[in-house]
Amino acid sequence: MAPVKVFGLKMSTNVARVLVCLEEVGAEYEVVDIDFQAKEHKSPQHLARNPFGQIPAFQDGDVVLFESRAISRYVLRKYSKSAGVDLLREDNLEEAAAVDVWTEVEAQQYNPAVAPIVYECLIHPAMFGVPTNQKVVDECVEKLRKVLDVYEARLSRHSYLAGDFLSFADLSHFPYTHYLMATPYASLFDSYPRVKAWWQGLASRPSAKKLSADMSF
Amino acid sequence: MAMKVYGPAASTNVARVLVCLEEVGLDYELVPVDMTKGEHKSPAHVSRNPFGQVPAFQDGDLILSESRAISKYILRKGGGSHLLREGNLSEAAMVDVWLEVESGQFDSAMSPIVFQCFVVPMFMGGTTDMKVVEENLEKLKKSLEVYEARLSRFKYLAGDFVSLADISHFPMAHYLLVGPHASVIDAYPHVKAWIADIMSRPSVKKVTELMEAAIRMN
Repeated sequence: MAPVKVFGLKMSTNVARVLVCLEEVGAEYEVVDIDFQAKEHKSPQHLARNPFGQIPAFQDGDVVLFESRAISRYVLRKYSKSAGVDLLREDNLEEAAAVDVWTEVEAQQYNPAVAPIVYECLIHPAMFGVPTNQKVVDECVEKLRKVLDVYEARLSRHSYLAGDFLSFADLSHFPYTHYLMATPYASLFDSYPRVKAWWQGLASRPSAKKLSADMSF
Repeated sequence: MAMKVYGPAASTNVARVLVCLEEVGLDYELVPVDMTKGEHKSPAHVSRNPFGQVPAFQDGDLILSESRAISKYILRKGGGSHLLREGNLSEAAMVDVWLEVESGQFDSAMSPIVFQCFVVPMFMGGTTDMKVVEENLEKLKKSLEVYEARLSRFKYLAGDFVSLADISHFPMAHYLLVGPHASVIDAYPHVKAWIADIMSRPSVKKVTELMEAAIRMN
C-alpha cells in the first residue's frame, strides 16, 4: 500500500493534528511541503485538494480530503483495527458521543481561546515580524481560564476527556497546546493540576515527542 | 422516557439538534431555557452544559453538549446513519469534511451577522454594527464561491446524497433568508437551489416553524 500523503508543513498546528493520528495508528505517510512564499497554497493543484487554499490537505489513493479533524477521523477509522487502537469508539454509542463532545469542545471552546495566544505570541512575531497584540492575548487568557476550569473538573472525574480512555478528543489538543507551552502562558496550567498532568501524559507519548521535534516557529 | 433538548428553538445550535430528531422521528421534549433571565448560567443548566450554553441534551443517564456531537448521537441511535455514511470510509469522510466547513467557514461568518442583525436590535436594544456585518459578508461570499463550485459538481455537499453536512447549515441559512442580506445568495445559483432544497425537507420546515414561533413570542 502506498503511503498516504499529507500536504502542508510539519510545524503547522492543523497538519500536526493529522500527523499525530497517523503516528498513533502507525500508518505510513509522507509530508509534502507546501511553499507559502511561492503562494503554492493558492495554486490550482493545491486548490483542487483544499478549495479554501489552506493546509492540511490529504490524499489516500483516490480519496482527497481537507479539514484536519475530518482527515484525522478518516485515518483513525481506516487504520484503527489493524493498529489495535480505538480512538473514536464508534462501536459504542455513548463512548462515541463523549469523544464527539470533547472533540467539538476542543474546536469550539479551547481552540478559540488558545489559538490567538499562539498566533500573537509566536507566529506573528516569528513569521511576520508583527508585534504581539497584548489586548488580544489578555482577553484570550481570561477565556482560557474559564475553559480550563471546566477541563479541571472533567479531568478530576476521568483520566481522559471522553472517559477513562485516550481518544481523538485528547489528541486533537496536542498541536495548539504544544505551542502554548512555548509562550509565557504555559504557567497557566500550574493552577490546574489535573489538566497539567493530562497534558504531560499526552506530550510524553512517542507520537507527540516525535512530532514536537519539527514543531517550532 | 423521551429525549430532552434544553434551550430555545430560536437558537441555531438548538435547531440543529431538533432537525435531527425530526429526521429520525424520535420522541423528544423541548425544555425552555430563558436566556434573557440568565437561566443558561444557572447551576442546573451548567450541570448539563458546563460552558453555560445551549443546547444541552439528555437521553436517560446520558447528558451531552455541543450540537454537532448531539446530532451525530441522535442520527446513529435513531436510524439516521444514512445521513452520516459511517459504513463507507470515503463517504463518511466527505460528510465530516463539509460538516467542518459548515462550522469553520459558514457558521463563523454567519454568526456575527445574525448576532448584529437580530440579537442586538431585538434582544439587547442596541444598533447593528455594520462594519462587523460587512466584514463577515465578505468572508461569507468567499466561502459561497467554494460552495458554488462544489454544488455545481454534486447535488449535495458530501456528494450526490444528502447528509448531516447539508442539514447542519439550515439554521443559519434560515436567518440569512429572513434577514436583510438574503440577496447575497442570488449570485450563487447552485447554492440558492441547494438551500431551497434543504429548507423544503419536512423536518426542516417543522423546525423552522418552531424557530419562528419562538421569535414571535419575544
